[in-house]
Amino acid sequence: MSDGPTGRPDLDAAYAALAAHAGDAVLGAVFAKGELTVRLRAAALVAAVAFLKAERGFAALSDMIGLDNGPAPGEGRARFTVLYQLYNRDARLRIRLAADAEGEALPSIVGVHKAADWAEREIFDMFGLRFEGHPDLRRIYLDPSFEGHPLRKDFPLQGRG
Amino acid sequence: MSKRPPGPQPFLLTKVDRFITWAQKNSFWPLGSGLACCAIEMIATAAGRYDIARFGFELFRASPRQADLFIVAGTVTNKMAPIVRRLYEQMPEPKWVMAMGNCAVCGGPFPTYSVLQGVDKVIPVDVYVAGCPPTPEGLLHGLITLQEKVAATHPTNVMFKRHE
Amino acid sequence: MSFKDLELNMGPQHPSTHGVLRLKVKIDNEVILSIEPVVGYLHRGMEKLWESLTYPQIMPYTDRLDYIGAVANNFAYALAVEKLAGIEVPKRAQYIRVVLAELMRISSHLAWIGFQANDIGAVSVLLYGFEDREDYLDIFEAYAGGRLTINALRLGGLPFDLDADLIARIRATLAGLPRRLREIETLLDENRIWKHRTQGVGCISAAEAVDYGLTGPCLRAAGIPWDIRKDIPYSSYEDFEFDVPTSDRSDVYGRYQVRMREIRQSARIVTQALDRLPAGEVLAKVPRVLKIPAGEVFHTTEAPKGELGFYIKSNGTDKPERIKMKSPSFINLQSLPLMCRGGIFSDIVGILGSLDIVLGEIDK
Repeated sequence: MSDGPTGRPDLDAAYAALAAHAGDAVLGAVFAKGELTVRLRAAALVAAVAFLKAERGFAALSDMIGLDNGPAPGEGRARFTVLYQLYNRDARLRIRLAADAEGEALPSIVGVHKAADWAEREIFDMFGLRFEGHPDLRRIYLDPSFEGHPLRKDFPLQGRG
Repeated sequence: MSKRPPGPQPFLLTKVDRFITWAQKNSFWPLGSGLACCAIEMIATAAGRYDIARFGFELFRASPRQADLFIVAGTVTNKMAPIVRRLYEQMPEPKWVMAMGNCAVCGGPFPTYSVLQGVDKVIPVDVYVAGCPPTPEGLLHGLITLQEKVAATHPTNVMFKRHE
Repeated sequence: MSFKDLELNMGPQHPSTHGVLRLKVKIDNEVILSIEPVVGYLHRGMEKLWESLTYPQIMPYTDRLDYIGAVANNFAYALAVEKLAGIEVPKRAQYIRVVLAELMRISSHLAWIGFQANDIGAVSVLLYGFEDREDYLDIFEAYAGGRLTINALRLGGLPFDLDADLIARIRATLAGLPRRLREIETLLDENRIWKHRTQGVGCISAAEAVDYGLTGPCLRAAGIPWDIRKDIPYSSYEDFEFDVPTSDRSDVYGRYQVRMREIRQSARIVTQALDRLPAGEVLAKVPRVLKIPAGEVFHTTEAPKGELGFYIKSNGTDKPERIKMKSPSFINLQSLPLMCRGGIFSDIVGILGSLDIVLGEIDK
């Protein structure tokens, strides 16, 4: 048993390296249901993802998930959060990074993982979050003339008009 | 589609009608246009076991200009609706439309912001086949119903302008 | 007339685009300059819809995602919910789920080879593939009542048990599989036209494949033996012996070889599962109204198309806060322009077929 947040030596080592690299950009870690979630400041996101890919073997981006925390998210929480599921296949490790959007923007990680290209477009389409540095940020599912962002909690299921 | 005239049909024209509708209903050329899951059942109906060819429907055409039956197989989204309309307009007369599957009939299980609640909102539909997806037997039943519908029409009314 | 810098539109209505996919292709005579997939023509708003449904109500909708391999979606969803809710699935149910999932993989790959060969011109293989697939659809129909969208799983296990009749039927169907595969392979393996149109076409390097997030047979054809069933086993997959086929040729032909071998490995898994089927229940006790305490989980499985998974965030009620489906085809399709670079126009259908995409899961 190791004394990091997860109790698993390999995952704790990855977390410790990330914490050492990112310093106070790491806002906390939660280990639940066998999964480690690390909250990060948005500004340190690209560097953290690149570090995990280059130094810790997290070569694959499995998915990016946008979250709307509701129009009134509460103390210290941003409205939108994006989760990054990274996978280290050699060690069979998964890690989830969570970054709150500042305003409605986040830095794009397309430079590190090409797989993020369409995932970021999807989050833009569904939530209206902008990804700074994305080469071609436009809607992917809906018509360009569609107004609104459907996965926001205040968007009605049947649409408007 | 031609209308039944108010009075009785001349004998010869009914025979011509019967001949034309016999030819039409036994040689539909469906447009090869599957939208979603129902398309797979449509292809299975065209494959070996259910063999749509024995009804004469074998020749799926890729181009709408050569097709006379538009089987709308799958969910029609708002983004896809103008394209469905354009495909329908590109088909030459006489043409028929079958809405296959619950999504094409009425939007199916998707009452959402992006799904058209039934393809009959953009094109006129002749036969509705319900199911999610309809089994190949269900689709064949719909096709036979369409054949019966065609057999009851009077193409000579259009040819000889016998309706108002 | 010159065909330099001509922009052509393939789809969304097209016989070979595997659904409502639109490809904007710029060509210079026959050579592809650029290709851009446009998706969203089947976007049904499922993720938004699921936020207003209860967990069991969502299960039938998952069939409509990857509609050619429906059980794979049910499986991934059930596993994610069970992980989040802490539901323990009985061992017998785990084995039967493996049986159903692998039979679905065989059925999906048979449909795939039909479509791929049909696109390239070998129309008989479409008919052979679909005919062979009918036997598997019969098994699903006997088990759960549906051929295509089956809703074969329940949260906590399965709706029905496999009786002796059905087990015998599955064994009989699998016994006929090698001969049918040989029929298809005889037509294609050493066929000059097939080889000419698939070898050296759609190449992608292993490093690029990982960077673009490719998963599934396309990644394994690039030489990388990633398979979630072996790497992070779920539902008792660790109890079974099977190989993970890879190929050293990362082109359309290599992906064809990998999938044909995968069919054989699936048959092997099903036979082992049926031989060692443990006794017991097939459904765990799950409350009628399933409320899951706040939490989140991300669970993926190895579906026929690639790594398919669900992220579920619960908020203590009986409806999810957020569900995101990790769709293998969505991510795999991004690498289409890379695979098409330097190719000619007629390669597009072959490459698109080898990616094995399903628009239902791309567009959700």
